[in-house]
Amino acid sequence: MGDTAERFKVAIVGSGPAGLSAAARAAARGMSHVLVEKAGHLSDTIHKYQKGKHVMATPSNLVLRSDLDFEAGKREAVLGTWDEQTAGHQVNVRLNTEIVSITGAKGDFTLAVKNGEPIRAEAVVLAIGTQGNPNLVRCPVGEGAVVQYQLDDPAEYVDEHIVVIGAGDAGIENALGLAADPQQRNVVTIVNRSAEFNTAKDANVKALQAMQAEGRITVLMETTARAIDKGEIVFDTRDGELRMRCDRVIARMGSAPPRAFVEGICAEFEEKNGRKVVRPGTGVQFTSADRVAYPKLSPMFESTVPGVYVIGALAGYPLIKHCMNQGYDVIEFIAGNTDLKPADEPILAAKFAPLPGGRSVDEWLALFARNIEIFREVSPLQLRELMLESEAHAFAAGETLFVRNEPGSSLFAIAEGSVLVEVDPEDSSKTVPIGQGSIVGEVGLISGRPRGSTVRAAEPTVCVELSRRAALKLLATAPAAARAVNRIAIERQLLQIFGSGLKPEDVAGLVEAAEVLDVAAGKVVIAEGADDKDVYVVRRGSMIVEKAIGGKPVFLSYLPAGSYLGEMAAIDGSKRTATVKAAIRSEVVRFPGEAFVALLEAKPKLREKALADMAGRRAVTQFIEGRKDSFGSAVDYYSETAQFLVDNGIGEATDVLLIDEKLCVGCDNCEKACADSHDGLSRLDREAGRTYAHLHVPTSCRHCEHPHCMADCPPDAIRRGADGEVFIAETCIGCGNCQRNCPYGVIRMDAKPPRKPSLLSWILFGAGPGPGEASYAWRKANAQGEEAKLAIKCDMCSGIEGGPACVRACPTGAAIRVSPEKFLRFTKLVEDVG
Amino acid sequence: MATAADDDAAFHAERRDSDHESFLLHGRMRWLKVALGLGSAAILGYVLADVDPRPNGGSWYGYLLGTLGAGLIVWLSLLGVRKRAITPGRWSLKAWTSAHVYLGLSLVVIATLHTGFQFGWNVHTLAYALMILVIASGVYGMVAYATLPQALSDNRREMTKRQMVEALAAIDRQLEAAAQPLGRVEADLVIAALGQDPFGEGAIARLTGRYRDCRTASALEALAGGDPANERVVALLRKRQAQLAQIRRHMHLRALLEVWLWVHVPLTIMLLAALTAHIVSVFYYW
Repeated sequence: MGDTAERFKVAIVGSGPAGLSAAARAAARGMSHVLVEKAGHLSDTIHKYQKGKHVMATPSNLVLRSDLDFEAGKREAVLGTWDEQTAGHQVNVRLNTEIVSITGAKGDFTLAVKNGEPIRAEAVVLAIGTQGNPNLVRCPVGEGAVVQYQLDDPAEYVDEHIVVIGAGDAGIENALGLAADPQQRNVVTIVNRSAEFNTAKDANVKALQAMQAEGRITVLMETTARAIDKGEIVFDTRDGELRMRCDRVIARMGSAPPRAFVEGICAEFEEKNGRKVVRPGTGVQFTSADRVAYPKLSPMFESTVPGVYVIGALAGYPLIKHCMNQGYDVIEFIAGNTDLKPADEPILAAKFAPLPGGRSVDEWLALFARNIEIFREVSPLQLRELMLESEAHAFAAGETLFVRNEPGSSLFAIAEGSVLVEVDPEDSSKTVPIGQGSIVGEVGLISGRPRGSTVRAAEPTVCVELSRRAALKLLATAPAAARAVNRIAIERQLLQIFGSGLKPEDVAGLVEAAEVLDVAAGKVVIAEGADDKDVYVVRRGSMIVEKAIGGKPVFLSYLPAGSYLGEMAAIDGSKRTATVKAAIRSEVVRFPGEAFVALLEAKPKLREKALADMAGRRAVTQFIEGRKDSFGSAVDYYSETAQFLVDNGIGEATDVLLIDEKLCVGCDNCEKACADSHDGLSRLDREAGRTYAHLHVPTSCRHCEHPHCMADCPPDAIRRGADGEVFIAETCIGCGNCQRNCPYGVIRMDAKPPRKPSLLSWILFGAGPGPGEASYAWRKANAQGEEAKLAIKCDMCSGIEGGPACVRACPTGAAIRVSPEKFLRFTKLVEDVG
Repeated sequence: MATAADDDAAFHAERRDSDHESFLLHGRMRWLKVALGLGSAAILGYVLADVDPRPNGGSWYGYLLGTLGAGLIVWLSLLGVRKRAITPGRWSLKAWTSAHVYLGLSLVVIATLHTGFQFGWNVHTLAYALMILVIASGVYGMVAYATLPQALSDNRREMTKRQMVEALAAIDRQLEAAAQPLGRVEADLVIAALGQDPFGEGAIARLTGRYRDCRTASALEALAGGDPANERVVALLRKRQAQLAQIRRHMHLRALLEVWLWVHVPLTIMLLAALTAHIVSVFYYW
């Protein structure tokens, strides 16, 4: 330590695409630098991709600005190029160097290194990504013992005694992989600290227990490792010490996200409740406490600690090209080249070109930040990023922004001008104005449902259209934007539900008193017999209504997002007549009953509508109650079937494929038709899935109202199409996130198969594999060149005349597509299915 | 308790085919009505048509029925192509199947009237006989389609065929480990059961669902309880037997659902050939 240590101009932490590119720029500029990587090789995240994985280079319109080359290709080629060019630039790399803390101030930072000399630098660039560090084994590890935190290829190991520590999904999957092939003769042991498998998926636990029953895996519960030595491991078990032969330890004990490390950089600490915490206002600050929030950054990527810069995935840019460009830019900024325009400048210039007024990119960005309410708290850098995922439009007076019932999940922000919302579908002259700075289209964003009304420009108007992903990112990182959207959304939803004649002023009291509640699946919102008087609106998710008849809960109805409930008690003061509970995780808005009643008093028309709705629902209840006496089994059957469907994800579906197994002959023509309508790959597995009373829910997309698959798509390729279908666009990079996120297992990753010979040549000459999905062997034998494995899923045969091929191609009428709100009705289920 | 936003239903209705009816009931049995109409019109025509000297395939009315019948046969045989050609468009295979069933049945009336009840040992009667056989196999298929799927579904118990086979393999591995402590004779019984292809008794076994030479069953008979190792093996053998029964029943039902096509389709091709010969010869020897 001390002044003898070399002080670098910049220390770059992390050697992923962002860090590497920054280091290469620094080297090319002759800036004194050091690139620090905790792994034994460069670019660990991409290194961890499976062998031969195709790495995509999107967005294709973004110019690459880096001293390193990058184009789409195999993992090995990409890494090879970077290794070669990093060496060529004579980048000063330190591998196997883990930074444990960063202290000091601009001009003189000290980076403490685990088991090594500290590094000193004038500036720090953090490019550590979002993966975090795997939790390490805490017991002593002896000389020569093999402990690894990752398993690339289970087939690599033969004749070994292997201990897997950690019985989460990663650990179980590794252990299963190692023991899968008895030919490898591995002796596999998996160690779980607790007495239960708390964190693993049920399917994995079952598979593990089956393997254990066959004696192919040893499972140690309530056990921790005490010491690991070459060839041996010592455990503490419930019954005392246990020694075992062990050639290799694979530790899969989860990982710590990097946020705590980042927040602790140059921070002051204080004691709070006996724990050391960061003193507020010091260290690298994040935009919010939200899990997905990013560090607060200046347009130059500088964090709230001067001299500490954050780039890459940690800054909110998951795509490789963005990362590499930022690496280049941040070094230029540190070197004083502050006039540098970001590489996305031409893209933004092209986006803004059609707008009137001839403003420059910076002028437009400044105008958006000034005029649009939800952009007020957004940094210029973040705004640039948002604009990359957004569109700017100019509308002439009278031009429509979007049309009622059109599916769309984007959010429009009015930068200049104003718009009119048509509130009455029958009469387009009835409109509500929305002014400059506000937003429209937020309902689609929150509920995932189609547009509720047509919106047109009242005057020449400039709008920013944010994609769903960009908008959600904004809401997660800018709390003020989230609050504004929330308030507007509640107000608009009320106006939409209660129909014409209402004005924002009328519902102001309700909006003021509104409270948004998160409701877990199965949780009761209203209990039958209770005498509370609140009124609720379902904002996202869906509800099921049940009534106890003869001591058993009977399913009354299904309520999708956009329904209101609980007003009966508010209006006539009666006790709750039925139980309402969440079918899936939902969001409801609660209003005090008195405020609702006051609104009804003031608006006789609304009162009439509410009373009519009430009468309609009472009729349904009475109908089912009446049936119960004469027709009890049908009512039970209906309730149970409805519950089964809700349990299988129908509650969050907008369109689902069901198979009536009283008609299905198992010909699999649905699967064949699916494959033949979509590049030769089927997106449906008929046989798999749950069945109740001969109603089968196959493995096929439910087109969820809030698609889980959309949650984390780096290129934002998953969208909702014109018929409500959730589809994957061609910009898919094959990362597999959607496949992992789908709880129904309906997304597969596969390469586009080669073209098959025509049906006629198959019928006449037996050419090719015939109708349906070709076998893997045929696809492989006939492949022309390398095709990337991309995500594929049902798109409801969008763009194909006649609609979904699975239904059209069913010879017996077993395959049907249904929407929950239509299907989950008593008459439909009992008379149609029963 | 509440009101649904009413635009959603209308929005999806356009694209969705929610009509949930079997192929037999399709379109309120539209094709049954067409077939009945066609059949009764043919009978009425047969009674009313004044043909000389007697009803005959070569009369004007005979030609009319013959053309209609031949046209129907060709169209009916195109179902195989329709099923496999997944072209865009507003067609439904269910509607095709429905029409196929009912119009196919109406052929019995139309073609029989076309013969004028004149049969002999010739290519004409051969074509007629083949047609009747095709229709008879089709009737079996229709009955099978209408009655067997429910049993198939019940037997599956939410398992795919692949899962059933995997479950069997898992039981076999456990059995192999559990049989280690057994004596020579008992172990041989288990080895014999594991070594046998439990489905390899041919087409008859598959169609009847009866497997006479099942070594799992014989092993169970020979291995009565006793010591704990024996008991464990017996328990596993029972599991294996139950798993085998499920797979065999699945294969049995699938075989019953498919076997008629092995008659229906080849006979249809033969029928088309015989029909061609019948038509060519009729015009050749005019």
